[in-house]
Amino acid sequence: MSVVVIDYNAGNTRSVYYALRRYGVDAIFTKDPEQIRAASKVIFPGVGEASTTMGFVREQGLNEIIPSLTQPVLGICLGMQLMCAWSAEGDTECLGIFDAKVKRFQPSEGQKVPHMGWNTIYNLDANLFPPDLEHKYVYFVHSYYVEMSAFTAATTNYCLPFSAAMHRDNFYGTQFHPEKSGSVGGQILQHFLNLP
Amino acid sequence: MLAKRIIPCLDVKEGRTVKGINFLELRDAGDPVELGKLYSEQGADELVFLDITATKEKRKTLAKLADDVARHLSIPFTIGGGIGSIGDVDTLLDHGADKVSVNSSAVRTPGLIDDLSYRFGSQCIVVAIDAKQVDDSWIVHVAGGSIPTDLELFAWAREVQERGAGEILFTSMDHDGTKSGFAIEALREMSDQLDIPIIASGGAGTKEHFREVFTEAKADAGLAASIFHFHEIPIPELKQFLKERDIQIR
Repeated sequence: MSVVVIDYNAGNTRSVYYALRRYGVDAIFTKDPEQIRAASKVIFPGVGEASTTMGFVREQGLNEIIPSLTQPVLGICLGMQLMCAWSAEGDTECLGIFDAKVKRFQPSEGQKVPHMGWNTIYNLDANLFPPDLEHKYVYFVHSYYVEMSAFTAATTNYCLPFSAAMHRDNFYGTQFHPEKSGSVGGQILQHFLNLP
Repeated sequence: MLAKRIIPCLDVKEGRTVKGINFLELRDAGDPVELGKLYSEQGADELVFLDITATKEKRKTLAKLADDVARHLSIPFTIGGGIGSIGDVDTLLDHGADKVSVNSSAVRTPGLIDDLSYRFGSQCIVVAIDAKQVDDSWIVHVAGGSIPTDLELFAWAREVQERGAGEILFTSMDHDGTKSGFAIEALREMSDQLDIPIIASGGAGTKEHFREVFTEAKADAGLAASIFHFHEIPIPELKQFLKERDIQIR
């Protein structure tokens, strides 16, 4: 199995790489379109600001390549947000794989922004999640969230219910960091790696 | 609901973890990566690695430690100790650290906090504050707690937040190593004044101390070292205790 982690100047991606190594996968870091197309699984990470990062995506021509992929693709954190239609962060046009919007959390009493730490996921889509992970804790760090939509594959409550994960055809996304979510995150990553 | 976090702190000196009583007597408690893995398996929510010798010896990077930890652990971790520049932070984040903490360097050059949060995002910038009570006020200390400053704790904490810190790690030097409980009053005051998460440190000796710090002091996370290193309070037992008292715990 060849796993590509898309390398496009998107912040801390080393932890994703090391996590894959812990599950016996030596991932390839690349932005080369041929290598990306040839991979059996593609991971699209992202940390940072949406408009800047989307700029890197366009510079590399990845805005054409990513939506055309047919193998399983997993966007993580900002990666998942960039797979949506539009982000309020920098009023950014995104990849449009998931027809949903990215909005900013409005801080309220006792609800600090960013949403940072361990929170629970529920209503899990069996395509992305192995059994028995309902209401388990995973690790989040984000100030913007994806609204609930037909593509929501897991829900988390913080200020309001939002999309903790998404799924459409061969495209998957997690707002949380599976690579930082202990054994629960490990199970989710392994399940993705084992997708047909 | 967002869980309250339990954070073991691993003070590192020359590649080994140590924990001082009031920072002065150091005792060896093992290999940082092995210890970190054990804590992760036991349910620690995050780890903090602090190179306690860094400020005095001006050691610049803990890049290798960051890399070793990122390789073997699947929970978030913070690295601190002698971090004084954008370049230091860039190196640590690039080597897999999720967050970095700055302390003395932020006191010397407060603008560093603005620069770091602008460049890397608030979420990965923790400002550590060590303070002790002098007469009636809490005074910030630097260089491992050895040098007093003219900064008052709450004013400095507010400034740190305004400059873009993502979290504050507050250590009460009066409580550190005493096992008599966290600085509840000061922490509550800080929680009331700030909007960013607060990690409480210094004084944990019993499970009840953690309940107090989460409910009465409204801290977001509780940090401790020796009680974990010397198996005085096993993390699974602590988490069970807190869950039974209706505190949101992973």
